[in-house]
Amino acid sequence: MTTAMNHVSQAPPNDNPARRSFLGWIAVVTGLVASALVAVPGVRFLVGQRRVKVPWVNLGPTTGFALNETRLVTFDNPLRLPWDGITSQTGVYVRQLGVVEKGDPQFLVLSVNCAHLGCPVSWFPQSELFLCPCHGGVYYADGSHASGPPPRGMFHVMWRIRSGELEIQAPHYPTLQDTLRQPT
Amino acid sequence: MNARLRQIGTWIDRRLGVRDLLAHTVLHPIPRELESPMGWWYVFGSASLTFLLLQILSGVGLALVYVPSADQAYESLLYLDYEHPLGWFLRALHYYAGSGMVVMVLVHMTQVFLQGGHKYPRELTWCVGVVLLLCVLGMFFSGQILRWDPDAYWGLAVAGSMAGRVPIIGPDVVHVLLGAETIGAAALSRFFALHVFVIPGALLFFLAIHLWLVLRCGVSAPPVPGQIVDRATYDRDYAESLKRGVPFFGDAFWRDALVSALAVIVVVVIAAVLGPKGPTDPPDPTLGGANPRPEWPFLWLFALLSLSPREAETFIILVFPLLVIGVMFAVPFISNRGERAPSRRPVAVLSVILIYTTLGVLTYLGFTAPWSPRMEAWTADPVPVEIVKRSTVPQLVGGSVFQYKNCRNCHALDGVGGRRGPDLTSVGTRLTRDQLIMQVSNGTPGGGLMPAYGKQISPAELSMLVDFLVSLRPEGQPAAGWATPGPSLGAQQAAEPTYAKQLPPPDAS
Repeated sequence: MTTAMNHVSQAPPNDNPARRSFLGWIAVVTGLVASALVAVPGVRFLVGQRRVKVPWVNLGPTTGFALNETRLVTFDNPLRLPWDGITSQTGVYVRQLGVVEKGDPQFLVLSVNCAHLGCPVSWFPQSELFLCPCHGGVYYADGSHASGPPPRGMFHVMWRIRSGELEIQAPHYPTLQDTLRQPT
Repeated sequence: MNARLRQIGTWIDRRLGVRDLLAHTVLHPIPRELESPMGWWYVFGSASLTFLLLQILSGVGLALVYVPSADQAYESLLYLDYEHPLGWFLRALHYYAGSGMVVMVLVHMTQVFLQGGHKYPRELTWCVGVVLLLCVLGMFFSGQILRWDPDAYWGLAVAGSMAGRVPIIGPDVVHVLLGAETIGAAALSRFFALHVFVIPGALLFFLAIHLWLVLRCGVSAPPVPGQIVDRATYDRDYAESLKRGVPFFGDAFWRDALVSALAVIVVVVIAAVLGPKGPTDPPDPTLGGANPRPEWPFLWLFALLSLSPREAETFIILVFPLLVIGVMFAVPFISNRGERAPSRRPVAVLSVILIYTTLGVLTYLGFTAPWSPRMEAWTADPVPVEIVKRSTVPQLVGGSVFQYKNCRNCHALDGVGGRRGPDLTSVGTRLTRDQLIMQVSNGTPGGGLMPAYGKQISPAELSMLVDFLVSLRPEGQPAAGWATPGPSLGAQQAAEPTYAKQLPPPDAS
């Protein structure tokens, strides 16, 4: 049995070299086509992003926000997957900036994620500063960079007012090149 | 019975044909010198392998219960810890055997490097070993994510932010890493797949190559000073030495077995005594006071990142790890021949000392993380009574401004408080009133370590805060003054009485 398995005839089964090379060539091409047919959808599956219209989240009537007071507002992020559990809970810092001329008040809505490495910043109303627990990034009340390692100020969340209610664009996880300032 | 078994074995091997290979593996000759006590240096690789087996077994066990879904992972961990019989032990064992594996792989690498085992002709063995180290570290990081608590959640956030710095394709890399727009279920599933399928697959594949190379190129004999590696003669000399070699299945095998058994016992005892690690709180991103820390093999990188200037950060995140990996791959080609004995390779020995000292110091710093503010210090750490025992009212108010304006989160008093900024217990001896006003109002220029408090504090509060700060000096020590003594010095000191010297105790009257 072993001899049968190990012994391969040295003589070519077909002594037409052109035909053999053609067979090899067609096998390689067919193999490439087959690989591409698997690889293209495979890679697209891996790197692909679902296309969703970014939803708006209602944060309640604008009158619920006191003038010049920053408040952490938490909500269930509609960008969630159904099995996200508690991790879909998202926080943003909301500050009502007052009415500039007439009409609706202006708002400042900031992501909790530090612009440095994404840690959650805490708001300290006593000193009017945001402090990041990881590497000590500090921001002023308007979200601008005060000190520490962050390369920019905090990420601004898009907001709008619809019939007296404050709405924000559901925030994805913001990074330096993918901020929350998107066209609506 | 025995004959029957033998018959079955022969029947199988006639088809499988691996008996020769197994015999070759077990009985392959190794240099006779390994029978000397030097042979004890060769046990760390097999100890790493033993830990790997332990990890596979305990990992399969955990997978029987653990649910890799963001809404139930935490609950399944609690179930393992508190309800399933010995679930806590399996989790602890998996964590500490994993830690032991990192340690053993590092010790193994260090031994090989110090004794020149990476030199010709074992370059490839070393390089595959480096890949195995990366696999082990990848297992550690992905495993931490599966412990679905705030550290895992915010660990993903940090990893995402780091990936987001890749030029141009940063957002795409973040998306591939997290699998969704937000951190949650998709990211957990990705890291589960990495931890359970992808990295173990790669690890076993490269391990097979590593072991094949060990068999094929042989283990290096213990180094002898003066016996140099020369590519022209090494192979012949080595083959010659194997002719009077000893079989691996002998002292070498029993040493490996003994050390592996001891290593398992140590890890089991540690796991039983210390118990499972976490999970801490549920992974609720809105919980305040999150303070994510990487696992211990990554603390050095965390520290390096935290202590580097802002300008160097993206470099350290993106390029530096690649440089380190590149250097590790280059080691057997840079030092390819010549002496193998550590006594003749001072640069190699010094490199090892330097690397481990650096890693050790950075790991310690990463563990204490003095650059992180203490978010609760302003309410949790009282001002030491000694400091304010005899303060004037403005100084006392200044002290409460100091607490209330969260200064304490970064500045310790008497060693207690944040350590991001300097301890201010004796700042009055270092900075004058004017300098303090300047420092508090402007912070560190250019967005350095300290924010500017100019707009965060009223002029009255600033004045009393500085009253408090200049009073902070041990009794008998002079206040900070100008370098050139002039008429202003005396006036200044008179104008700023420290509580300790000038004021009688409140109850003296």
